[in-house]
This record gives sequence, structure tokens and C-alpha cells, in this order.
Amino acid sequence: MEFSFYPGCTAHSTAIEYSMSIHAVFDALGVSLSDIEDWNCCGAAAAHSLNNMLGLALPARNIAKAQEKDLTLAVPCAGCFNALKRAEKALAPGSDKREQLENIVGFTYRDTLRIKSLVDVVVNDIGLDAIRERVTQPLAGLKVASYYGCALVRDPNVTGMGDHENPVFLDDLIGCLGGTPIDWSAKTDCCGADLALTHGAIVEDLIAKIVGNAVDAGADCFVCCCGLCQINLEMRQAAGTGVPAFYFTELVGLAMDLDGRDRWWSKHIVSPVELLKSLGLAS
Amino acid sequence: MKRDKEFLREVERRSGQDLQSCYQCGKCSAGCPVSPYKDFKPNRIIRMIQYGQKEEVLKSHAIWLCVSCMTCGVRCPNDIDIAAIMDTLREMAVEAGYSYDAERNVVILHEEFVRSIRIWGRVHEATMLGLYKLRSLDLFTDLIPGIKLMLKMKIPFIPTLIKGAGEVRGMFKKTYDRKQ
Repeated sequence: MEFSFYPGCTAHSTAIEYSMSIHAVFDALGVSLSDIEDWNCCGAAAAHSLNNMLGLALPARNIAKAQEKDLTLAVPCAGCFNALKRAEKALAPGSDKREQLENIVGFTYRDTLRIKSLVDVVVNDIGLDAIRERVTQPLAGLKVASYYGCALVRDPNVTGMGDHENPVFLDDLIGCLGGTPIDWSAKTDCCGADLALTHGAIVEDLIAKIVGNAVDAGADCFVCCCGLCQINLEMRQAAGTGVPAFYFTELVGLAMDLDGRDRWWSKHIVSPVELLKSLGLAS
Repeated sequence: MKRDKEFLREVERRSGQDLQSCYQCGKCSAGCPVSPYKDFKPNRIIRMIQYGQKEEVLKSHAIWLCVSCMTCGVRCPNDIDIAAIMDTLREMAVEAGYSYDAERNVVILHEEFVRSIRIWGRVHEATMLGLYKLRSLDLFTDLIPGIKLMLKMKIPFIPTLIKGAGEVRGMFKKTYDRKQ
């Protein structure tokens, strides 16, 4: 199995442990990921906030590059995924933006490329049965709040990710890894990442609600699929709260007992080591 | 209050949304995570557009505090994509020269973010944040978390220049530069 891959800017910076765990897991599963050649930033929140067409053109250039290969495009970060899906919709047959967008980027959209979130690829293309077969170290006792956030699921007409109020695919994955998915109500609440640097107090309120809700429901950690959600959850929670946020591939890699995990854990702002030690999942 | 009768039509045309179908149920504002911090909640913004309160809307804090989480739109009984309207309003605020009126720092951060993409093709956090700090003069906020991230080697010092940076700059010229 082979996929095209859009790493996104955080893959080499704040989400480096996501990147490391993705490649460890995919190597172990024998599924290859090949980076889109010379990819550019998706524009994140900034581009579409200042100029709508720029916010579509930046991801569209990556679509232009990716459609050259006959492979499904897998996107690890929820923010990038959403931007690429919005551009895909603007390029779809019948869209009044298509021609303008093609002119700006300088390409002809062929409508053949499939764009999927990396978690969707793991859960549905590789499949939970194949993952279950590779679990050698079940995450017994690990109580996990699956945090979907906004960009991964909303708007479902754009993302194609199904139930946007109560998604369960991450919960299913945690169950398959032998962990305990926690039933909680803030799983799709926004963490406010766009305002993290300019309105820290607002974001601390939002994070306090999300973390409080997860802890009250009995969770001792989060799992997520977005570089911005993860850093926001760990960095903006009240000091001493100590609820780590894992990337989903870190937990898959832990359950598969892959090497190099200490390097992933060392990158976290909230270290998960004590929690994992208490469950016999780290030494 | 000055009423701009064209405002509603322009927002509808540019966002592709039917604002007249809003019957003020308030579901958008109930679900909006940043409603408590806004000067005008989403349902009120819609009403203000219908009334033609262009200047009040385009100079509001609300349009820049919107985090584009799309909770409003997916819950709207009339399928109004309110996040798309917010994108349109922000773009119109920039064009009207109001970008620094309400939320100067939010806009400066967006500007530095896209400047980084324009130069390198990808975002380079260290220089982008440095320029944001210098322009906003908000020098000390998040200094300690920033240092923590650097100590964990999560903020690369050397930027990556993509081969197609010229293509990316060309896209900026056809979009961003025309509307400023």
C-alpha cells in the first residue's frame, strides 16, 4: 500500500513527535508515504482570514502537485486537511471558483485525486483489524479522551468525515489498541488555537473547559490528530494539571511496541512518562 | 447610524450565502465557543448586515475573534455557512482599511504568517514570531513557553526555502496584492 503525503509545516517543528511516530508506524506496517514534491504551506487560519482566494490557492497548489501521482493523498494535520478539502470543494465540477483558482495556480484540475485525513487512512484503509493484529502491548488501563476538535470533522460536507457532533473513529481506534475510550462531551469543542498567541486568556478558558470535562469523565490523557490542538492542549492547561495529549500515531506505536518512543515523549510539554510508567507502559 | 443598503447584497454575493433566510434562532451564538468574548454574537452580526450597519460590522472585534471552528454553520437550521460570512467580512474590513481598528494584534499575526509563506513557501516560526513581536510590541507574552519549545528543539532556526517559492509569490500577486 502506498500513499501521497502532505506533511504540513508543523511536521518539522512543533509537531515533530507526530512526524516521528507517523513514520515509525507506517514503516512497521509496510505502508509507504511519499511527500508531495516541493509542497507549500496550506495557509492555515491566516491566509483565508485576510484573503479568501489566497486561502484556496495555497492548498490548491499542493493539489496540483499531488494529482500528478495516482495515489490517495494522506494529510496528518487536521488544519491542513481542512484547508485542502476546502480547496478541493472550490475546484469541484460546477464550482464558480474553479476557473479563477486554476488561473491563479496555473494548472488544470483533473478531479481524480482523493484527499483523506491520515487517521481515516489508518482506521479505514489500513483498517482496525490489521492494526489489532500488530498490537503486542495493549494499552491496558489507559483512559483516553478522544479529542476531534473542529477542523477534522467540520463541515462534514467538506471533510466527508461523517458524524460531526459525536464522531467515534478515534474512540474505536483506542479500543482496538486495548485502551479505554472515555465517553465525554467536549470531543468536538474548539480549542481556539487561532487565538492562542494573541488572546491567551480566552484560549486558557476554552482549554480549561475541555480539560475539565475530560478529567471529570475519568480521562487521564487525550488523543488527537492536529499539531495545533496538541500543543494548545498541553501548553495552555493550568500548570500542574498534567494531562498529556498524544498524537494518535504515538499510541499506535506504543501498542505495537515500536522503538524510539523515548524521543517522542521527550518532545511533549506535558510529559506522559509518569502516567505510562504507572501502567507499566514505560520503564 | 449610517445605513448601507448595498452591504447585504455584497456580503451575500461574495460569501454565496442567503442571509435573508436567518430567522434569529440564535443557535449559532449558543454554540460559538468565543461568543462570551465578542462584542457582537454571530446572530447579531447577521442582523446588523441585514440592517446595513457596514461600518459597525467591519470595525467589530467579533469578526477577528471568530476562530473559524464552523460550529455555527453546521448547526444552522437554514444552512447558512456563517464561517464563510466571517471570511468575507474580514476580507472586506481589510479592503476598507479597518484591519487595525479592533484587533490589531490578531491582524498583525495573520500578516506575518502570510509574509512568511510568501518568502519561504512554508511558515518559518522563529522569524514569523519575531516579526510579530516587534510589530505588536507584545514582547513578553508567552516568553517562557517559547523558550521551552526552543529547548525541546521544536522551533527550527534555519528556514526551508521551497523551489517553487517564485510560484507562490506569483499567487500572492494575483490575490493578496490586488485586494490590499
